[in-house]
Amino acid sequence: MNLNEEVEILKRVPLFSKVELAKLKLIAFTGERMTFGPGQEVCHQGEPGDAMYVILGGVADVLIDTPTGPLQVAQLKKNGFFGETAILCDAPRNATIQANESLLTLKISKDMFYRLVSEIPSMAIEMMRELALRVEDTNRKLSEATAHKAA
Amino acid sequence: MQRSLFSYIWRYSKPEQVVILILVVLAQVFYFLSLSVPKSIVNNGISGNAFKDTHTIPFLVWEFDLSAIFPGKVIRILDGFQVDQLDYLIIMSFIFLAAVIVNGQFKRSINTQKGRMGERMLRRLRYELYDRILRFPPAHFRKVKQAELATMIKDEVEPLGGFIGDAFVQPMFLGGQALTAIIFIMMQNLLLSVIVLVLLGAQMVIIPRLRKPVLLLGRERQLSARLLAGRIAETADGYQEIHVHGASNWERADISERLGHIFRIRFDLYNKKFVAKFWNNILSQATPFAIYLVGGYFAITGHMDVGAVVGVLLAYKDLPSPIKELIDWDQQRQDVQIKYEQVIDQFQPEGMLDEELQVVPDGPPPPLGHELVLSGVTVSEDGRVKQLDAVTLTLETDAKIAVIGGAGSGKDVLGQVLARLVPPSGGSIKIDGNDYGRLPEYILGARTAYVGQETYLFPLSVRDNLLFGLKHRPIAPARYDDDARMRREAFWKEAERAGNPPFDPNADWIDYELAGATGPADLLPCIVKVLKQVEFDEDIYSLGLRGAIDAEQRPDLVEKILKVRHVLHGRLQQPDYASLVEPFNADRYNGNLSVAENLLFGTPVGKDFDGDNLAADPYMQTVLRELGLDRDLLRMGLSIAETMVELFSGLSPDNPLFEQYSFISADELPNVRLLLQRLGGKGAEAVPEADRVRLTTLPLRYIEARHRLGLIDAAMQDRLLAARRAFRAGLPPPLQDSVEFYDFGRYNDAATLQDNILFGRLVYGQAQADQRVGTLIRQVLDELALRDSVIEVGLDYNVGVAGKRLAATQRQKLGIARALIKRPQFLVVNEAVAVFDGRTQDRIRDHILEAADGRGVVWIANRPAQAEPFDQVIVMQGGKIAAHGTKAELEARGGLYAELMASA
Repeated sequence: MNLNEEVEILKRVPLFSKVELAKLKLIAFTGERMTFGPGQEVCHQGEPGDAMYVILGGVADVLIDTPTGPLQVAQLKKNGFFGETAILCDAPRNATIQANESLLTLKISKDMFYRLVSEIPSMAIEMMRELALRVEDTNRKLSEATAHKAA
Repeated sequence: MQRSLFSYIWRYSKPEQVVILILVVLAQVFYFLSLSVPKSIVNNGISGNAFKDTHTIPFLVWEFDLSAIFPGKVIRILDGFQVDQLDYLIIMSFIFLAAVIVNGQFKRSINTQKGRMGERMLRRLRYELYDRILRFPPAHFRKVKQAELATMIKDEVEPLGGFIGDAFVQPMFLGGQALTAIIFIMMQNLLLSVIVLVLLGAQMVIIPRLRKPVLLLGRERQLSARLLAGRIAETADGYQEIHVHGASNWERADISERLGHIFRIRFDLYNKKFVAKFWNNILSQATPFAIYLVGGYFAITGHMDVGAVVGVLLAYKDLPSPIKELIDWDQQRQDVQIKYEQVIDQFQPEGMLDEELQVVPDGPPPPLGHELVLSGVTVSEDGRVKQLDAVTLTLETDAKIAVIGGAGSGKDVLGQVLARLVPPSGGSIKIDGNDYGRLPEYILGARTAYVGQETYLFPLSVRDNLLFGLKHRPIAPARYDDDARMRREAFWKEAERAGNPPFDPNADWIDYELAGATGPADLLPCIVKVLKQVEFDEDIYSLGLRGAIDAEQRPDLVEKILKVRHVLHGRLQQPDYASLVEPFNADRYNGNLSVAENLLFGTPVGKDFDGDNLAADPYMQTVLRELGLDRDLLRMGLSIAETMVELFSGLSPDNPLFEQYSFISADELPNVRLLLQRLGGKGAEAVPEADRVRLTTLPLRYIEARHRLGLIDAAMQDRLLAARRAFRAGLPPPLQDSVEFYDFGRYNDAATLQDNILFGRLVYGQAQADQRVGTLIRQVLDELALRDSVIEVGLDYNVGVAGKRLAATQRQKLGIARALIKRPQFLVVNEAVAVFDGRTQDRIRDHILEAADGRGVVWIANRPAQAEPFDQVIVMQGGKIAAHGTKAELEARGGLYAELMASA
């Protein structure tokens, strides 16, 4: 896959949808493309994070450690992204990401991420929207769960 | 050392000086001949005075006239023969020539011998000064600047060497010459000689006076230059502080001030020197003036013949130079005497170590002794503040003792006293009843070891640093062939003449027994064991993988590494590892190599094909041109340039993305943009000649798998492969050593061990490829039992100046390993583990204790809790021992021990 094809994929990632073409090319060029084999871990819960990933192809499982072992809480597909919380908050990874099938990602290092966000405001806004949606989603699930329990 | 340079020189070079003096005296005969012959040539040969009455005269008659003792008795040895005037002229001219040649030969021989003697004395003096540095009391090193010591031994004594050859000979030789000339003049005419003497006398009085200030300034110059050397070394040592505190301009001010001072001294020196020279010239020209005037008058009035006047003039012509040189010599003498005093003053500090402490042992070192008794030991630098205060302590050298206490408790000083690094200013230390301070250093060095908080490493390999403590004496002489042996013996003989010891650094100095080995063959396991004890083996192993070996030197290892390569490439076929490494294949384009690496297909050796030089190399350019690739590369270069301008234009120049990813630096980008604008899309043909190389380097750096600009398609790959083949096939002989081509069956000298094993490149973008392949390599190396061999290669790693190529913790580990490999009978660890994290501290302590089975360890603890596994604990406070006993005893007593333990 060459740079131009990658840019085509990045265009369809919501996070980058408002980013102009030249910048998108820069992201693709400076980002590291990483392939993970099935079952390989991209990052492990509790470890420090230094990069975020955008999924260019394949499916990844989101696993959370529970007393009874890892529990899959979600799946991420093409165009999804993860790992931003750890680098935004300097916190350990809050979940383990494991390649479900052969997984192709664009790895954006912490440094680069901050640079891109500060140089491309539209990206920051898109990221806020995504994070807000996730909070919304979590809240909804929480209230459903409490309602369920109450019932 | 003698205070007077002259007695120092005389003491060590007496026989040589005498030989040279005899030569000098002999030389005077011929010198006199070369003066007197011209007179005979002019008077008899040319003017024909002796031939006025007779056609021929007897020549070469040699007889002793003894008529004064025995009347009428004349012993004739040679009868001689008759010559006419022309024969006489010819013979005398040749005699003159012969006298000049013999005189010259004498001069040459004298000068050579003087030179040799001077160099010998210089060598002796330098050695003696260095020897003194080795015997300086440890405390003295806090006062001297190393750069100043170096300047003194290197530069300041240098003029002494030149002078030593002349010290006795020059005044004799020149004085003899002057005396001969004066006697000759006297024999011609008394009045003339009186005039000459008076004028010479005036010169000899006036000139030295004029030169006195020059000498004083010279001394000042020497001191200021020494200080400058010290300051420059300080700047280099303190570079971090200068940058961190932004004090570079303060430093500039200081240096400028010093240089200004030196300039003033040197300029003054010039002024004064040339004033002296001026008067010297005037005075020396006053004499010929007098000879012309007075001698001419005598010749006209017939009191002297013309030949005599010419003779006097000739004699005088030679006179000023010996006189001038004599004055010069005297000045040099004073100058050198001052320099000598100034230097040796710096080399006789109080409390120099006795020479006997550093004798060379003639056999294995004896054991240390068992009971170390400190009685009333006090350490105090100024007599008031006592770092140790009347410490009385008896300890067995095989005991395991921890010393605890707060900062300033004196525990670290106790450690230094036990290692004899700090001499007690009061009290005594005895080992089995003998004075501990009189124990020769080789016993101390072999049987005890000390590691402090900081480790100094020499800028040598890890191995040389590690084995440093095993080199007390030559164990086995070096092997030489007959030729080399003869040369070495001559070398040692010369060393002894100059008072240097005839030691051979090529001999094997390593005391294998001390390390628990029997010889070089089984030393490696001992080294590995020690490295493991300080947890340094893993680091050295990694260094070994990154190190290179010389295939000719280690054919055994090369074979094994090739085997590892084979096995590894077999494993890489397994699905788990597939696609992690792209092996080097001569017939395939490697997408994970840059275009340059693909073209070269080998490791560059030297500068010819290294990095960006490849694009500028004429041979490579020819190859590319012949295949028409130069145009393609230029086109690729343009395409990359356009992409870079598009991608990076909006970024600020200090954005680190430039450095990490761009093919073009931030400074260059505007120029490239201008170039592209000028071209206006006209394509590669329009690129000006001057910009071509620059644009061609861009695609050469391009790695398809990493940069993914899609520039290299299958057709392009084939053409680059054709260029690769053409490059190799036509490589001219002078360039053949500039590249080591990749070849699966061959070891590549120019590449690291790891690259040789891998024989390929990690594929970009494969998660954890690095670690996984690294682990696999380790696994294969372990299976083939090559781990120690790799460590052996790592031991060759040069640690750099003061070990700065290693991290601080690594330096400390190496320092501890250096102490452990000696298997010391008595080891002092003085807070040496403080740089490590807590767990590592405890682990290394346990390793050390485990290794010291039956031998003694004094552990000056940086944390009281470290005292846990020791048999005895000494608690220190305020330079005194507050408590001493087993842990149980101390626990029962409580007090300071309990306090310290609670705080840990």
